[in-house]
Amino acid sequence: MAILIDERSRVLVQGITGREGGLHAARMRAAGTNLVAGVSPGKGGQTVEGAPVYDAVAPAVAATGADVAVLFVPARFARDALIEAADAGIRLAVCVTEGIPVRDMAEAAAHLTRRGTVLVGPNGPGLITPRRCSAGIMPADVFAPGAVGLVSRSGTLTYEVAGELTQAGLGQSTVVGMGGDPIHGVGFLECLELFEADDETEAVVLIGEIGGDDEERAAEFVREHVSKPVVAFVAGFGAPPGKRMGHAGAIVEGSSGTAAEKKAALEAAGIPVASAPADVVTLLQARLERRRSP
Amino acid sequence: MDLLEHRGKSLFAGAGLPVLPSRLACSPAQAQAAAGELGLPVVVKAQVKSGGRGKAGGIRLCRAEGEVAAAAADILAMSIRGQAVTGVLVEKAVEIARELYLAISSSRAQRGPLLIFSAEGGVDIEEVARRSPAALVRAPVDPLLGLCDYQVRDVVAAAALDPELAAPDGTPARQALAGVVRALWRLYYDSDATLCEINPLVVTGPGEVVCLDSKVTIDDNALYRHAELKAEAEAGAEDREARARKAGLAFVALDGDIGVLGNGAGLVMSTIDQIAAAGGSAADFCDIGGGARAEVVAAALDVILSAGTVSALLVSIFGGITRCDEVARGLVQVLGQARVDVPVVVRLDGNAAAEGRAVLAEARLPGLTVAAGAAEAVRLAVAGAAAPAGPGARREG
Repeated sequence: MAILIDERSRVLVQGITGREGGLHAARMRAAGTNLVAGVSPGKGGQTVEGAPVYDAVAPAVAATGADVAVLFVPARFARDALIEAADAGIRLAVCVTEGIPVRDMAEAAAHLTRRGTVLVGPNGPGLITPRRCSAGIMPADVFAPGAVGLVSRSGTLTYEVAGELTQAGLGQSTVVGMGGDPIHGVGFLECLELFEADDETEAVVLIGEIGGDDEERAAEFVREHVSKPVVAFVAGFGAPPGKRMGHAGAIVEGSSGTAAEKKAALEAAGIPVASAPADVVTLLQARLERRRSP
Repeated sequence: MDLLEHRGKSLFAGAGLPVLPSRLACSPAQAQAAAGELGLPVVVKAQVKSGGRGKAGGIRLCRAEGEVAAAAADILAMSIRGQAVTGVLVEKAVEIARELYLAISSSRAQRGPLLIFSAEGGVDIEEVARRSPAALVRAPVDPLLGLCDYQVRDVVAAAALDPELAAPDGTPARQALAGVVRALWRLYYDSDATLCEINPLVVTGPGEVVCLDSKVTIDDNALYRHAELKAEAEAGAEDREARARKAGLAFVALDGDIGVLGNGAGLVMSTIDQIAAAGGSAADFCDIGGGARAEVVAAALDVILSAGTVSALLVSIFGGITRCDEVARGLVQVLGQARVDVPVVVRLDGNAAAEGRAVLAEARLPGLTVAAGAAEAVRLAVAGAAAPAGPGARREG
């Protein structure tokens, strides 16, 4: 099963004739993705990576049955591209674009919610179900199929943790990068709910960082609704208040959103928090063993 | 981008929000002249972006002519939370009958704007929520519908102003308040703000509603839609963080002595945490992003080392799409040319890590060590920073 995407997903790339779009369309296909179409206004009729290019999303969906859209469009066009995808009936929109104005993102997110389109991102690496489907820019070589669900606010850190898991023989069901912007699509809660219901997922890893209260709400959710083992890692203990640490959403505001607060909330809910990315593996192995032994 | 009070108030005035007559002054003489034009009493206010300026003594009421220049001189000599005061706002003083609080801010939890009003200004909002919930409005504004009339009415009801209260020109105070809420929303939306706060919003003795302070933050991602503000942001930017931004780096200066750069915000944050856990202290947060071309690495080194307080440098790269050998070649190019006289520790993992390490080993750069992993890199960097300076302290790669 995995979550959100698998080998049955029919993927369309918006902005496929751009440099990034073309490059990652090829990578996604190499990672096992069923790439069915591309969209670039004014470039219809071409073929990129074996996929027919359309001028608009609706005709691409009508012709190919695409249900997942991955967006590689410049920030100033992202709002319109997301709305177009939702209006065309896309089930899952994955937005890699960084630097989208907050107002545009608030409007697009509200519209997608009304249409029932699920959003991953923006300003994130997308998601991958190893060997079956990659929707975004995650490096497929780092991942292996397996039973660990991973959801993260960070990109590179996700690859690092996933790499450690893979080396330890712990493959992944699905890995989701929720993106570093304050207004984003699916988060810890939505993914935890999906992973809990997913037959293929045995345990979940959460990778958090400073800013907001996503980790605190995740801790609460795990306490009440998740029976599978969950372990976490949080970055940003050394972050000074009021400074954005790279991601637009990674900021300690006043005294709220600190890493220490998040670690405490997670631990209070029985979720062990690793002190270094590599320690996620040992914590997870301990949890899985405890679960398997009677 | 945070705006200073006077800049926020010029936006307020443009949006039809009621502000008092004021002048910006950069010297005691200018402040004195401004007071002469405005007429006493005036308030002299430090123009800094940090909060807490009232407590720091950065706001002074001046009733007599002789007080203005002295107050301005005092305040202009101040530094508030590390920010030097370079200007003061001289503003006509008014008699305050009531203090209110009004703000619109971008809320992650609501995924959109949040309207916040409190009938008690100058008090902690959470405390008002506990003590007198009817005096508080906290209303999410639908991003696609915008501010609705009922929400404006909710604010006016919560304010509980005397229905008879009116300004000298006959405008009822309740009507003026409704106008302020609508105008603030318009400004928030049109200027791509992520925060528009009026604290306090006051009702004066004569019954006028006036914005006494302004706190406005404009979304950096939307500056391309606001040419004037963009130009101001670039003109005022001279510090290291601004230089880094121009080079396409995410950079934050920290207090320690180990320079850190890496690819990815989470990775760099995590590296800083590992350094602290190992007993060291990071000098900065620097994310060079994906790709990590030589010129970006060069710009990062320049920004990190220009502080002059760095005693070791840690480069942490996890290659995802980025190939480590490409990053290694960039490092060799930059470190070969730059005069880096502190120990440099490089950690390469992920995509083409072995090739990357080979490139570094072959280059034999003095003072550079290639670590076997993240943990060892942190340990070596902390040890390198603690060792006495000089060529003897360097390790050969």
